[in-house]
Amino acid sequence: MANKRATIDEALDRLEPGMTIGIGGWGSRRKPMAIVRALLNSTLHDLTIVSYGGPDVGLLANSGKATKVIAGFVTLDSIALDPLWRQVRQRGGVDLTEVDEGLFYLGLQAAAWRVPFLPARAGLGSDVLERNPHLKTVANPYMDGPYSEPEDAQSVFVAMPALRLDAAFVHANAADTAGNATFTGPDPYFDELFLGAAALRVVTAERIVDEGTLDTVGPLAKATVHRLLTDLVIETPNGAHFTSCAPDYERDEAFQKAYVTAAGDPELWQGFVDRYLAGNEAQYQAALAQDREGSK
Amino acid sequence: MTEPTRAEVCIAALAEVWRDAGEIMASPFGSIPMIASRLAKRTFSPDLVLTDGEAAIIVGAPPINTSPQDLVREAAVPYRTIFSVVWSGRRHIVMQASQIDRFGNQNLSAIGPPNQPKVQLIGVRGAPGNSVNHKTSYWVPDHSTRTFVEAVDTVCGVGYDRAAAAGSGATRFHDLPRVVSNLGVFDFSGPNHSMALVSVHPGVTVDEVVAATGFELQLDSAVETPWPTDDQLAIIAELDPKGARDREIRT
Repeated sequence: MANKRATIDEALDRLEPGMTIGIGGWGSRRKPMAIVRALLNSTLHDLTIVSYGGPDVGLLANSGKATKVIAGFVTLDSIALDPLWRQVRQRGGVDLTEVDEGLFYLGLQAAAWRVPFLPARAGLGSDVLERNPHLKTVANPYMDGPYSEPEDAQSVFVAMPALRLDAAFVHANAADTAGNATFTGPDPYFDELFLGAAALRVVTAERIVDEGTLDTVGPLAKATVHRLLTDLVIETPNGAHFTSCAPDYERDEAFQKAYVTAAGDPELWQGFVDRYLAGNEAQYQAALAQDREGSK
Repeated sequence: MTEPTRAEVCIAALAEVWRDAGEIMASPFGSIPMIASRLAKRTFSPDLVLTDGEAAIIVGAPPINTSPQDLVREAAVPYRTIFSVVWSGRRHIVMQASQIDRFGNQNLSAIGPPNQPKVQLIGVRGAPGNSVNHKTSYWVPDHSTRTFVEAVDTVCGVGYDRAAAAGSGATRFHDLPRVVSNLGVFDFSGPNHSMALVSVHPGVTVDEVVAATGFELQLDSAVETPWPTDDQLAIIAELDPKGARDREIRT
């Protein structure tokens, strides 16, 4: 059996400038932040980020690593708006394709199922279509037949195109060495679809266990990432910080607040970058440990 | 009895959107809509389905400050399931609007030009899909000519004019029953489904509403928004013991 364990650096070595990268989680919840931090310090550029946006999107767009973003929102959940995202948008510094969050789901699903689009009502009449002329509609092909209700005989639907990804990164509560993974929290979000939509599929996890032992971490029904969906697994303890990773840990609200405060002031922000983001993941975690020590 | 606060009037008015709704999901955004949905469930719409705001359906209609570990959950509804609910139509959402226009187009994405907005907001979220799939009402806690505008800068939630232009795929399930603001209650019974004043809250004049609205309102049949009953006020107090309702609107 292949052992899919890898390091953050090994995963990033497989990326190239200009790639389209999917990032799992939702808002400020279970984001693969160890990867986001590594991307910030990489030599990659001109990335397109596809995400149910949280701090990952603000950080990558504001730093200039991402020049394009496909998203339905960017939020920190307990704090509605991410100042970095507001800044980059308000200076016109990023190319945004904004889609309804349900269309986003269908785009990932279409890519994972290898069909060019999936239809939906969502988007009809809204500026999602007006602002994205590359999004097309499709006429009901069953207008005359028994499959269509008469009310929809003349309807057109949004044909949400497949969101094909060069790489996807998701963060799990646990993975095994073979590439299976489990989300023991309340919501798997769309993480299996991100993996299904991508050419390079990477799972970071709080811990990596032996193959066949994920059922000791939680019910096997929660282990919804199977090894057909993964290429690499990377152990990144506390790797979703400061976003939530229930039940392992909740969002670090104090840290998120400090991030927001710093992001609103260029001088404070440079200090935040120097303290937390300039180094590697081990240095980030060491800085957090130092903070905890200092607050005792 | 003491006179109800404006927030309590708004809560009772918003609860009405779910009257006789049957077994559908109520999705309230904001403290006042959340209290309203629970008031509706405690009184005239006991079959409403409420969630914990995360990924589960909760039992009953507990106070809004109930801590997560004290909620009783009856089923899992992760986001993927929520979209199935949205697209099935078994939902009535109350969204907020940073801008809303005469035909009910709503903006929560951005103010100003799309490529370089003056103010970046949260994003379109699920508003495009919600508004063409199930009942969608709006709560605007700060009624002014900046929020009730002639034309929104970004159409997120779809109004009657835009739905009609998009055809039967958009109009089939499109339904915007109510807009409630801190000043009054509105629907789209005006000409061509334009916004009409249904009632002004006690203490508010029709002139004040007109002055705070950036487009022409249909004014024919405006009455005064009913005060909540004593029973409703007692339930509201129990649902919101810490007074979150009074922090959501300007008085």
